[in-house]
Amino acid sequence: MAAVEHTRPKAPLIYNPKVRGMAYQAVLCAVIVFLAWSAIRNAAENLARAKIATGFGFWENTAGFDISQALIEYSTTSSYGRAFWVGLINTLVVAALGIVLATILGFLIGIARLSKNWLLARMAGFYVEIIRNIPLLLQLLFWYNAVLKALPAMRESLSIPGGGFLNNRGLFLPQPLFQAGSSYALIALGVGVVAAIVYRTWAKRRQMATGQQAPVLWVTLGLVIALPLAVLGLSGFPIAFNYPEAGRFNIRGGMELLPEFMALLFGLVIYTAAFIAEVVRAGILAVARGQTEAAYSLGLRPGQTLRLVVIPQAMRVIIPPLTSQYLNLTKNSTLAVAIGYPDLVQIFAGTVLNQTGQAVEVIVITMAVYLTISLVTSALMNLYNRRMALVER
Amino acid sequence: MKSLVVRVVCAAVFGLAASAASAQTLNTIKQRGSLNCGSNGTLAGFGLPDSQGRWAGLDVDFCKALAAAIFNDPTKVKFVPLTAKDRFTALQSGEVDVLARNTTWTSSRDTSLGLNFSVVNYYDGQGFMVRKSLKLNSALELGDAAVCVQQGTTTELNLADYFRANKMKLKTVTFATATEAVKAYDAGRCDAYTTDASGLAGERLRLAQANDHIILQEIISKEPLGPAVRHGDDQWFDIVKWTHYAMVNAEELGITQANVDEQKKSDNPDIKRLLGSEGKHGEALGLSDDWAYRIIKHVGNYGEAFERNVGQGSTLKIARGLNALWNKGGLQFAPSVR
Repeated sequence: MAAVEHTRPKAPLIYNPKVRGMAYQAVLCAVIVFLAWSAIRNAAENLARAKIATGFGFWENTAGFDISQALIEYSTTSSYGRAFWVGLINTLVVAALGIVLATILGFLIGIARLSKNWLLARMAGFYVEIIRNIPLLLQLLFWYNAVLKALPAMRESLSIPGGGFLNNRGLFLPQPLFQAGSSYALIALGVGVVAAIVYRTWAKRRQMATGQQAPVLWVTLGLVIALPLAVLGLSGFPIAFNYPEAGRFNIRGGMELLPEFMALLFGLVIYTAAFIAEVVRAGILAVARGQTEAAYSLGLRPGQTLRLVVIPQAMRVIIPPLTSQYLNLTKNSTLAVAIGYPDLVQIFAGTVLNQTGQAVEVIVITMAVYLTISLVTSALMNLYNRRMALVER
Repeated sequence: MKSLVVRVVCAAVFGLAASAASAQTLNTIKQRGSLNCGSNGTLAGFGLPDSQGRWAGLDVDFCKALAAAIFNDPTKVKFVPLTAKDRFTALQSGEVDVLARNTTWTSSRDTSLGLNFSVVNYYDGQGFMVRKSLKLNSALELGDAAVCVQQGTTTELNLADYFRANKMKLKTVTFATATEAVKAYDAGRCDAYTTDASGLAGERLRLAQANDHIILQEIISKEPLGPAVRHGDDQWFDIVKWTHYAMVNAEELGITQANVDEQKKSDNPDIKRLLGSEGKHGEALGLSDDWAYRIIKHVGNYGEAFERNVGQGSTLKIARGLNALWNKGGLQFAPSVR
């Protein structure tokens, strides 16, 4: 009896799943390329027919408008490109400060919501439920109008001890002017920071080896704050202050924080903190109860348990959704346009777009900037996440 | 390679919107059955819906006149409220057929923005509003003042120029809409609010305590306001121009909304040509020959529209001034229909 040879029946190529898959993908690619190509051709033709200026030549043209908050040199004779940088820096400043403050406030509220103190827990819960259920734009308008209406007019400015003023035009503080000799203090600060890092590393290593603890906090404070101050005092305190003074209409000199900036920062921090609080609460609840019990049975106090056992484990759950909140905060900062804070969208996608009429170029640049900021934030957070992730041995 | 990628994205974003921005605007409007008019929406005297949602204003009447000329029905207009910032993009992309939104005619808007300004339907200039309590007599005393201004306007640029030219320090606070800018001024954020003089008159009346505020006498710029259309459609450009000219000619010839039917029987050849009983002037525009008759019948002449919206018949009570007819000391001058 001859062995029956099992050969797979030769199927036509069209029924081969691999070939089919490839074919579908090729068709999809072709459709996308065709759509993109026809969109480009269409837009180029229409722009040319309407004789609308195209290209990025406008970058060097004179802007001609004034900006209320410029952290780099800017005047009405600066270029559109310069205005772009002013706007970008304003966006980054409010986003960076907002992220730091929202994180601190969010952690505090998230932990408070889990507190055994009934009142504290209820208040934190109340905060979260109120704040995260009201649209951010309304909150910003509320803060802006509340700040403006509540503060006194220019002529009735509140004086702040030490030479500052507060009124509905902003917060004005003395501006430190560093003079010759203050560089020694700066060097001392650098030395202090480096020394503090070295000391902490040493203390940690020693604790790992011997279990002995060192007064890390006090030594760090001493090196970073007391040392530069001591050097500053020894060199005769070479810092002058530019004090704000009441002028005919406005306060002149000093450092100025615009009410638009304060309202935006306040609104973003309070809103985002409510979400971060929930993220933190979820992270802490995700840590098994046994971990806390084990820590207590080792003799750790509740504060230490939270700081050394619970939070480090909770961070693994917290970081990914926390990243989303950071991205949301940055993107929400574009609502600045409603309350007159000169961020990137207000300056660049607003005034510059209007004046040049080059909507396509300006919007593409703006989108690219926000995409870049978001990707960089995510990348940094992913890096941090990888460091915090569970190391399997 | 990078620039190619950028172009791809650009085009993809703009591609669909731009396809509407081609010629043959008149046919598109006729097929659609209504005119899309880019309007202000918040400026008394120029474009503002009342409590019943009925739009009124000089620019609104201009769009109604266009609709009357095309459809013999001034209600066939869809008013699209636009901010100063977004108005040009809306016109460029074809969202509106005409932009009649107290828009200043400048060279860059007329060229690189891809627009054509047709006529000047209101000659204006920029001024300042301040609190009476500041006891100011002149805008030249505003050095170091904080000034609230609306974004995306010539006002924003003139302000910076004026302070630079007079070597005064300036603190500008810029807002996306006039409403927000005025609100901030009223709350004390700024010492002054600046916009076109006609706008100041309207905004002042809307303040809580109008009598606590004055408008300074200085006019710091020329602001010729007029309707604009897209480049590339000459027929539509002509229709927009001649709609305004018909209204100005009607005033000059003494034709009003009330007497237009009577005037149709007139022997005056100028009136006969304007109202379409002689010649084929409407047909040449792509409209019917009684196009100007329709405009005057439904909307009235330029003087009537002016007085009703910004002049003595309105709350603003602005004098004709530069906007009087050329033979009455003003600048409104229209070519003849012939």
